[in-house]
Amino acid sequence: MAYLKIENLTKTFGGVVAVNKVSFSVGQGTLLGIIGPNGSGKTTTVNLITGFLRPDSGKVIFKDRDITGLRASKITNLGIGRTFQMVKPFYRLPAFKNLVVPLFSPRVKKMGGHFGEKDSLALDILEDIGFERDSSVPYKPASILPHGYLKRLEMARVIALQSDLIVFDELYSGLTLAEVASISPMIEKLIAEGKTIIMVEHRLKELFKIAHKVMVLDQGTKIAEGSPRDIMKQPSVKKAYLGVEL
Amino acid sequence: MIIQRRRERIDRPIKAVTDDIFCLSSIREISYLVIPRILPIVGILLLAFLVPPYWKKVMVITFIMAMMALSWDFMASCGLTSLGQALFFALGAYSTGAINHYLGLPPYLSIPAGTLVGALLSTGCIFPALRLRGIYFSMVTLIIPLMLMRVIETTGILGGTEGTRGLTPLPGITLTMAVSMAALWASFFCLRRLINSDYGLIFLALKDNDRAVEASGLTILWFKVQAIFIGSAICSFCGAFMTHYYMSVGMSAFALDLSVFPMAASVVGGMGTLAGPLLGAVILGPLSEALRSFGSFRIVIYAALLGAFVAALPEGLFHYLARKYQQIERWVEAPSGISED
Repeated sequence: MAYLKIENLTKTFGGVVAVNKVSFSVGQGTLLGIIGPNGSGKTTTVNLITGFLRPDSGKVIFKDRDITGLRASKITNLGIGRTFQMVKPFYRLPAFKNLVVPLFSPRVKKMGGHFGEKDSLALDILEDIGFERDSSVPYKPASILPHGYLKRLEMARVIALQSDLIVFDELYSGLTLAEVASISPMIEKLIAEGKTIIMVEHRLKELFKIAHKVMVLDQGTKIAEGSPRDIMKQPSVKKAYLGVEL
Repeated sequence: MIIQRRRERIDRPIKAVTDDIFCLSSIREISYLVIPRILPIVGILLLAFLVPPYWKKVMVITFIMAMMALSWDFMASCGLTSLGQALFFALGAYSTGAINHYLGLPPYLSIPAGTLVGALLSTGCIFPALRLRGIYFSMVTLIIPLMLMRVIETTGILGGTEGTRGLTPLPGITLTMAVSMAALWASFFCLRRLINSDYGLIFLALKDNDRAVEASGLTILWFKVQAIFIGSAICSFCGAFMTHYYMSVGMSAFALDLSVFPMAASVVGGMGTLAGPLLGAVILGPLSEALRSFGSFRIVIYAALLGAFVAALPEGLFHYLARKYQQIERWVEAPSGISED
């Protein structure tokens, strides 16, 4: 039985079909990459799964439970965490206080395991993902942190939520090669811990190193699915990316 | 050996790691922190009790308007920019008026009861608009009080255009003023406490990024309801209090001034600080009274002053004063050979 199963998901905005009858499934503890040209419906798919948009038709089934059209906060509490393509920190709060907000969620309360004061807990999580505790970085307001740190802060939120399924929406965009090289092991560690991950990504080379399976979207339709090794060899994928048959 | 002297900020030795963590070691350093916090409290106490009786009445109104400004600032820092604080004021005022007039409860019961009923009604009125964001939310808050005012005018309920009169008066001006001041300080310190607590961070987070709050597993609607309830309860208390103070309640409770003054006070004082709107209200309240001798021309002077103020100090008075205070320097001895770092 698939961990997350998507059946015929469809969403239209006015006359534009953003996502057209997309079906796929993700097994527990695996990493699915979603790729595709700009405007192919990747982020819309993420929004449909995580409840930020309601699908016109189709089903989202998570752990054998139909979660289609539930509120985003409800889906988060069921165990699906997400990051945003455009980082969404709480700019006025210090970095570590950004994590205090998810630590208030019903999910964290229910899961237990997080004991102790929220501040020190937040600092622990931040230290794990590269905010040095002894430096002043975790205490600085999010508004003055560089982009790389804000991306990590997005990651820290889903780690604080202890999500079972994590959806990274273009986590690598805008990061340097060195930053990607430091974040990739963290993602591999999450998989080793049994988390299931969906990554929407434009940085194919970096994605293919860690993905188990890759799905390609083009103009809202799924055109290919397969292992990262031979997905780019398929003619339909080449056509979507390069516009011509090579 | 030559002893060189250099200038150093007073707060330099007491600032560690961040802006918020202090290490205190002497009376001098403690007073550096405590004096700006104590001074306004003592100042307002002296001001209020030493002025002549007529100005005591002005102070009561000023304190009440300062509470309205606090409430506006709190809601604005939760991302709920209201253009209709008058709605909350009026619902509190009418509830108290009705409770006193029809049920005959004395002020010490009708004010708390009216505050609670007013806050519940306000939250109910605003609830449908809570899914809106930014300017769309503000527009709805502007419309609802205007609409309710016409409802009362047309249907004639609760006294219609005449209003309800002959309500129980409040006892003596000094006690009245003391109560209004106590309420002001209570709401100020409670809001500050709330905003600085971990739970209060969620309210600030609502403004910064409500989608990220949703992605953190918290229902934003529920937290917006709480913010509206807290904000409107403060305004409803103001309405309830002023109803007994004037011994009547009428359509003037919906007046646009009541929506505009809190915003003006917050802009002059500095938004998002709570202390700023308080400062702004304490300046603007007596100022508008002092200009009374100019008749209706005072509005022009008042507006011109306000415009000049906003243009010259857009950050607000409180931010400006706080910055200047932190920049105060003193001369310290620096042994030669050690350069300024």
